[in-house]
Parts: sequence; C-alpha cells; structure tokens
Amino acid sequence: MLSANVVLVTALAYVALLFIVAFVSDRRARAGRVGLAHSPLIYTLSISVYCTSWTFYGAVGSAARDGLEFVTIYLGPTLVFVGWWFVLRKLVRIGRVHRISSVADLVSSRYGKSTTLAVLVTIIAVIASTPYIALQLKAVTISFSVVGSAGNEAVIDVSTAFWVAAGMAAFTILFGTRNIDANERHHGVVAAIALEALVKLVALLAVGIFVVFGVAGGLGEVFAMPGASIVIDPDTVYGPRWMAMTFLAGTAILCLPRQFQVTVVENADEGQLRTASWLFPLYLFLMCCSILPIAIAGLTLLPPGANPDMFVLTLPMAQGQDALALLAFIGGFSSATSMVIVACIALSIMVSNHIVIPVVLRLPVLSQAVSGDMKRLLLVSRRISIGLLLLLGFGYFVASAQSDALAAMGLIAFAGAAQILPAMVGGLYWRSASKAGAAAGMFAGFLVWMYTLVLPNFEGVWFVTHGLMVDGPWGLGWLRPHALFGIQGDDPLVHSVFWSMTVNIVLFVAVSLIREQNPLERLQGTLFVDVFRNPAESEGRFITRSATVDDLYVMTQRILGAEEAQRVFAEFAQRQGATGDMPRPDAAFISHLERLLAGGIGAASARVMISQVVTGETISLDELIRLVDETQQVIEYSQRLEAKSQELQQTAKALQDANERLRLLDAQKDDFLSQVSHEVRTPMASIRSFSEILLDNPDLESERSRKYLKIIQDETLRLSRLLDEILDVSHLDSGQFALRLADVDGARILEHAVETSRGMAASAGVAIDYGPCVEQAPIRADGDRLAQVFMNILSNAIKYNTSEQPRVTVSSRIDGGSYFAYVDDNGPGIPAEDRERIFAKFARGRELTPGHRTGAGLGLSISRSIARMLGGDLELLPEPGRGSGRGGARFRLRLPLRSETAAAAGE
Amino acid sequence: MPAHVLIAEDEPNIVESLSFILSREGCEVTAVFDGRAVIDKIGTMRPDLVILDVMLPKMNGFEVLKWIKSNPDLKGVPVMILTAKGQDKDRKTAEELGADAFVTKPFSNREVVERVMTLASA
Repeated sequence: MLSANVVLVTALAYVALLFIVAFVSDRRARAGRVGLAHSPLIYTLSISVYCTSWTFYGAVGSAARDGLEFVTIYLGPTLVFVGWWFVLRKLVRIGRVHRISSVADLVSSRYGKSTTLAVLVTIIAVIASTPYIALQLKAVTISFSVVGSAGNEAVIDVSTAFWVAAGMAAFTILFGTRNIDANERHHGVVAAIALEALVKLVALLAVGIFVVFGVAGGLGEVFAMPGASIVIDPDTVYGPRWMAMTFLAGTAILCLPRQFQVTVVENADEGQLRTASWLFPLYLFLMCCSILPIAIAGLTLLPPGANPDMFVLTLPMAQGQDALALLAFIGGFSSATSMVIVACIALSIMVSNHIVIPVVLRLPVLSQAVSGDMKRLLLVSRRISIGLLLLLGFGYFVASAQSDALAAMGLIAFAGAAQILPAMVGGLYWRSASKAGAAAGMFAGFLVWMYTLVLPNFEGVWFVTHGLMVDGPWGLGWLRPHALFGIQGDDPLVHSVFWSMTVNIVLFVAVSLIREQNPLERLQGTLFVDVFRNPAESEGRFITRSATVDDLYVMTQRILGAEEAQRVFAEFAQRQGATGDMPRPDAAFISHLERLLAGGIGAASARVMISQVVTGETISLDELIRLVDETQQVIEYSQRLEAKSQELQQTAKALQDANERLRLLDAQKDDFLSQVSHEVRTPMASIRSFSEILLDNPDLESERSRKYLKIIQDETLRLSRLLDEILDVSHLDSGQFALRLADVDGARILEHAVETSRGMAASAGVAIDYGPCVEQAPIRADGDRLAQVFMNILSNAIKYNTSEQPRVTVSSRIDGGSYFAYVDDNGPGIPAEDRERIFAKFARGRELTPGHRTGAGLGLSISRSIARMLGGDLELLPEPGRGSGRGGARFRLRLPLRSETAAAAGE
Repeated sequence: MPAHVLIAEDEPNIVESLSFILSREGCEVTAVFDGRAVIDKIGTMRPDLVILDVMLPKMNGFEVLKWIKSNPDLKGVPVMILTAKGQDKDRKTAEELGADAFVTKPFSNREVVERVMTLASA
C-alpha cells in the first residue's frame, strides 16, 4: 500500500535526479565536453519527447475505448522518419544554415522574415499547446491521486496540479533560459529529457511484461482474455478516422513546437538524424508493445467503470505490485514533465522572439542603446513566458477538468499544429510559395480548426450554446461546427481535419499563385528551397546595404552583450583580413551579423534591428534571377558532364579494345614477319650455297653444275612465288586486295585450271580425272584470281599426294543458287584437328614427306580469302575420300551464281 | 679417320649442298629428314657431329638438341644448329640448350666447313 507521502518523496527524488543530470550536462557542455550530448542516441531519445503522458496513459485508454486506433499515433511519426527522412534532413540543414530558433522562426524566415507570420505561428502554437500542457498536468495530478490514494476513486486535486505546474516552471526556467542564442542548445535539458525517455520506456515495458508473464502467464493467454475482443476490433482500422489520425501524428512530429525544438534546433549534426531515422521508430515500436496487453488485461481484470486511462497504474496496484505501480507513476510523470519542459522552452523562445522583441523594438522609450539590455530583456521575457504558459495550461486544466478523455485533448492539439504544415513543407520545396499565401492558408485553417474542433468543447460556456451546435449560428444550418456546408461525417475530428486542411492548402496555393513575392521573400525562398546548393553566406551577394561599424557594434552588444559582440567582430575582422578588431561593414558582414542575431531573437526581429541601423538597402533581383539561372545551369552542366563522362568512359573502353586489338595485330605482325623471314631464308640458303659451290669449283662436271643451276633457278622461282603470295596476303589483310569482277563461267575456269595442272601432275605421276561436272556455271568473279584458287587446290592435291597410285578427281554441281567445285584426292588426308588450321597463314600439314615443302603455307589462306571475297567459301569437307575408303582430302569451293541466273534457276 | 656428320634437314636442296661441301672435305655425311629419325639413328651411328635444322617435321630441332644433351651416352657429341630462324631469341634458346654452334641460313659454305671441322676434330 502506497501512501501519498511515499509517492511524493519518490517524485521529488526523481526530480532531484533530473536536476543533477541537467546540471552536470550543462556544466560539461560549458567546459566544452559535449561528446555525450552529441551522440545520436541522446538525440533520438530526446525526440521521444513525442511520447507524452497521453501516449503513456492515454494510449491504453484509447485502446480500451476505441480499439486499435492508438496505433496511428505511432504509425504517423514512423512513416515520417522512415519515408520522409529527406524532409527532416532539409529541415535540419536549413535550421543550421539559417540559425532557425523555432518553428515560427522557420516559417517567418522562409517568407521574407515576416513578423506577421511569426506572430501567427506563435499564436497557433500557443493555443494548440495549451490543452496539451493542461493534459500533462491533468495526467500527473490524476496519476498522483490514483497511486497515492491506493486505488480509491481518483479525485482531481487542483492544488496538486498547481504545484506540479510551478515545479515544472522552475525547472524549465532554470535550465531552459540560460542562453539567448537558441542555437547554443540546451544540453542540460536534452540530457534530462533523454533520461526521462529511458525511464518511461522501461516503466511501460515493465508493466507490459508484468501483465503478460506475471498476470496472464504468456502472450497467448493475454489475447485469449475476454477483453481482447473489445480492443482488437478490425472496424477501427483503415477508416477515415484512422487515416486522419495517422496524418495528424505524422504532421505533429514535424510541426509541434517541441518536436521542432528537439529535432531541428537541438540537432548538432545531420549524422544524428541518420541514426534517429531507424532508432526512433524502434523506440515507438517498443512503447507500442505493452499497450495491447495492458488494455486487454485491464478490461478483463479490473471492475467495470475503472478509468482505462489509468490502467497502467491500477493494474499493478490491483495485483498488489506497489513498487511496479510506483515505477509506472514515475514513467508517466517523466512523460508529462519532459513534454511540458520542452514545449515551454520552445514556446517561450517563440513568444519572446516574435512577440515581445518586435513590440519592444517599436517602442521608442525602450529602444535606448544599452549593452546587453536586449539579452536581459529576452531572458526575462522568456522566463515570464514560461510562467504564463504553465499558468495558461493550468487554467485550461481547471476549466476542462470535467472531461476525462486524455486522447481527445491531444488530438485537438495535433490538428491545430497541423495548420503550420502546408506553409512549412510547401516553403521547403515550392519556390513560389509566398508570404501572403502562407498567412492566408494558415489563418483560415486555424479559424476552421478553432470553430470545428475547439469551440464545441466549450459547449455551454459563453456564447457556445447547445443551439449553436445543433442549428448553426443565426440558425444557419450549413455553418454548424460539426457539419460545415452540410457535410456531416461520423467523426468531428475527421470533419475538422478535412475542412481545415482543405481550406488551408487551397488558400495557400491560390494566394501564392496570385500574389507576387517581394524581393526578400523570393531570395529567402530560393535560399531555402536550394539550401543544399546555396550556402547562407551567399545572401550577402543579393542584399546591398551599408551601415557604420559603430552602429552595428552598438546594436550587436545590446543583444549579445559587450564581450560576445567584441569576439564576433574581431573574428570577422580576422576573416576579412582587416587590421584591428573592427571589420569592414560590408554587405557580407551585415548578412553574417543578421544571421547571428537571428539565432538569438529570430529572423524577423533580427531584420528589424538591422534595418534600424543600415541605409540604402536594395535587394538585387537581377542577382537573384542569376542565382536561379545558375542553379539551373549547374544542373544542366552536371547532366552534360555526366553524359560526357559516360561518353568518355565508352571511348576509353573502345580505345582499350582497339589497343588490345593493335597489340594482338602487332604480335601477329611480328609472327608474320618472322615466318616470312624464315620462308625467304630457306630458298636463299640453297641459292647462296649452290652459287658458292659453282664459284668455288669451276672444274665441276657439267651435268652436276647444270643440276645445281637448275636448283638455283627453282629456288629463285619459289622465292618469287613466295613474294607474290606475301603481297597477296598483305593486300588481303589490309583490304586493298582488288578484284576485277566480270561475268565469267566457273566451269570453264575450272576446266582450264585442270588442263594447266596436267603437266605438273604428269611429272609427279598423279592422274587427274573428272567426276560429274556441270556444263556451265555463270558467276561474277575475277577470272584470274579464281583460276589461282583452283590451281592452288589442285597443286596441293597433287603435291601432297603420297598414295601409291595418286589420283585427283574434280567434280562440280549447282545447288540452291550456288556453284560447288570439288577436288578430291586419295592422299594421306588431313586429321580432323588440322582441318581449320591448314587455312591459317604459314600452316602446313604435319606429316609432310621431305621434298614436298615447296610452298610457304600461304596458298590455302589466300584462296579462302579470295573465295570469301567472291561471296563464297573454301572448305575442307569432313568426309574424306567419299566412297573410296582410303582417306584422302576433299576440298569444296562454293561460289554464288549470278543473281539473274539464280532467279531464273529458281523459277 | 673421316669425320662422320649426321644432318637433319627437310629441305632436300640444303642436304644436297651440305653433302657436297662436307664430302669434299673428307666427311662422311648421313642425312635424315625429320627430328625423330635423329633419335632413331644416333645411337647406332655414333656421329662426330650433328647438324640440326630447327623447323623439322615430327620433332623440332630444339627438342632433338635437348634430348641429345640430356643423354649421357651422347656426351661429347657436338651439335650445330643450322636454321632459317635467325632471331636472337632462337640463338639464345640454342645456347641454353647446349648447342655448340649456331649458324643461320643463308649460310656461307666456308663458315659451315670451318665450324664442322673444328667441332668434329675436337
């Protein structure tokens, strides 16, 4: 049994722990030791500020009341982090480059540093956050009384809520308002938030595990409980409400001031986002795991009428697990405090930068130039804002204490924050999105949201009568808050989201298209949309303005204090290469200064302050247009470059191939030359040797000297033939081999070649016969070259025929438009493996008898080349000595018939 | 005692001229037309010198050279390479395989005779 005192002491001890963690982290960060604070894990945990007491307690309540609907709250952010990662990255980059201090500052800065928009976003954010803060107070108060009163009927104790609010205000003021440059980040707060994220995760998982394994006895048993049928209701999934809630949860992770604060403003480097993109969804998943078992078990085991929002606490208590209940309470407490602290910091920055400072700057009395006065003013206004915000939340809590649904209040806040989305995301990707469009869309959407979603909550208060809800204002039915234009959905939330977002987006786009942007808007639009291409420093290129360095210094020290201002000026002077501590007040420096101040007081206020001391400001539209053109050109250029580089790559590949071919050719050429040299040297050796014999032996008998002279003559002829062949080969290889084509009769040329060979055949003792031959073979060819081919085949058949009764048979036929000539011999034949090789240059049969090596091995190569040039081919057929059974070789020359004859033959 | 020279050469004309000039110097010449024949005959012939062409049928001159030089029975039989392959790498191969002389075609009769006499009488 827990007493209220135990709970109180535990809560206070926990708060003390948070203080210590925040304090130590702040000290470490100030000492320059930011290692832990910059870790992606801490960053991710701080994003988990998304999980408030609404998710901690309310999700269980939502599951118990509305089934699986609660999943959407986790689904939306998961989709954004996984699928819209690029939007987050762009936001973070812009946030750093332009020193964005809040979501209001982002919108204002994007749309020409507009004060109006900054104020509008701030007001929306404050109004949307108030119910949310109230919700946290309520959650803490109820949970405190539930745990403290040992399960008795919870009473909402207003004084508890007040003290909780006061405590949170103290913590937030202490750690949230130490610096004025929001970009200096709140290391202490972030560390505390990260710790709280861990605590709430552990607490919820602990309760979940206890329920599954301690109470039900296993996962299967949980889902077998009677309560499961209520929670797991497929009807709640994928309907319009499901879609709307997923959408809202997704926008919330981008637009809620506190999410923007932790995701963008507190981000130290973009690498953190990479980790968060998977780790944060994982965190959400783990948070989500416990909810179903707790809701089912709560519905099953707790008495009917028990508040489902408190199942996380009452379930362990009903089982007598007081320590677990206490842990769960601390978890819920963590969820609530972390949300309130971060939300208040974010909102106080917005209120001070976008409402207080602009007002002060316009009051002549307060614009006295005193060093650091602005800094003090900022800190004071932030502290007061925090106090007021919590007071506002407290007031809302008191006013709406009757309603007991936590989730409804959270959704109202989400729908409100979603009104910022079109201007925000549109501004990141649409260069023409204008200030007027953003303001019109946001304002109209905000009004619709107020009217359709917030107002009905106050039914019975002030003018919000029951009649207004039922009959519409002034009896105009089409203006009923829950049925605008007569469209009445089942669900007020879907109705409101549909109308507010539609009106918002339509006006945003339409007004942006109609209204021209002013030069500053156009410049900021370009710098934001193309943030990955344009450094913020380029702003100085477009804005020409001048000021005295003294004025600038006085202005800067009002905001930063004298010490910091001196440091900034000296640093820039050094960058300019100027002597002394004062930089030249050129456009680049003024832009740099403006950006620096924007980090502290927001872009709009920084611009107002700068405007007070600069003169002659002009924004060069020509420059801007050039920038846009340049961007375009850069894109085109890089595309061309890519194409060029691809082309080059292909060329390089082609060159490599060509080189490879050349190397191969070169090797072939070397080989060829070496072969040629060998073939030339052999007859030359005979010629020289016999010449020397004849010269040295004048007394040689005449018969012998005649024989030797004959050898010299033969070898000389062999040499000339060889040279002719080499020339042929060379011409064939280089493609310079000229054919004198004429209409000739292949049959006659073959016959002539046979008759010419008879002499050679007779002396070699070889008989030449005719087989079946065609009478006529009209072809188109070079007669001399064709004769050369025939002669070559015939002489091979004669020369290399070692048969006892050497015989060569010539035959021919016409088939399918081609003329075929065959030369068969009954010689030793050519082994299958050499059948192709013999057509290579300098190739000869392997088993040659001495004395028959009279050719250089070029003949067949040349003959085949000629045959192919004539459109035919020369082949050695695989079935040698057909029918003779004695081996031998069979060459076949194929040549195409003349086309007109071929056509005639076909008819 | 006349020097006995074994010639392996597939060009009949070269065999003819070598036979003529070496016979005149008192050498006894035996010619074979392929590489394998050298291995078949060398054992019984015991020549004083072997003249090898490189581009021989069946077994090329370098292979024959290698075989001769690795055969302990034939230790002291000098080998002269007589080839139309006149490149440096061929000369180098011949030297590495232990050829005693390397003469390229076309050759000078006098040079061949001188080399043969030197090698055969050694």
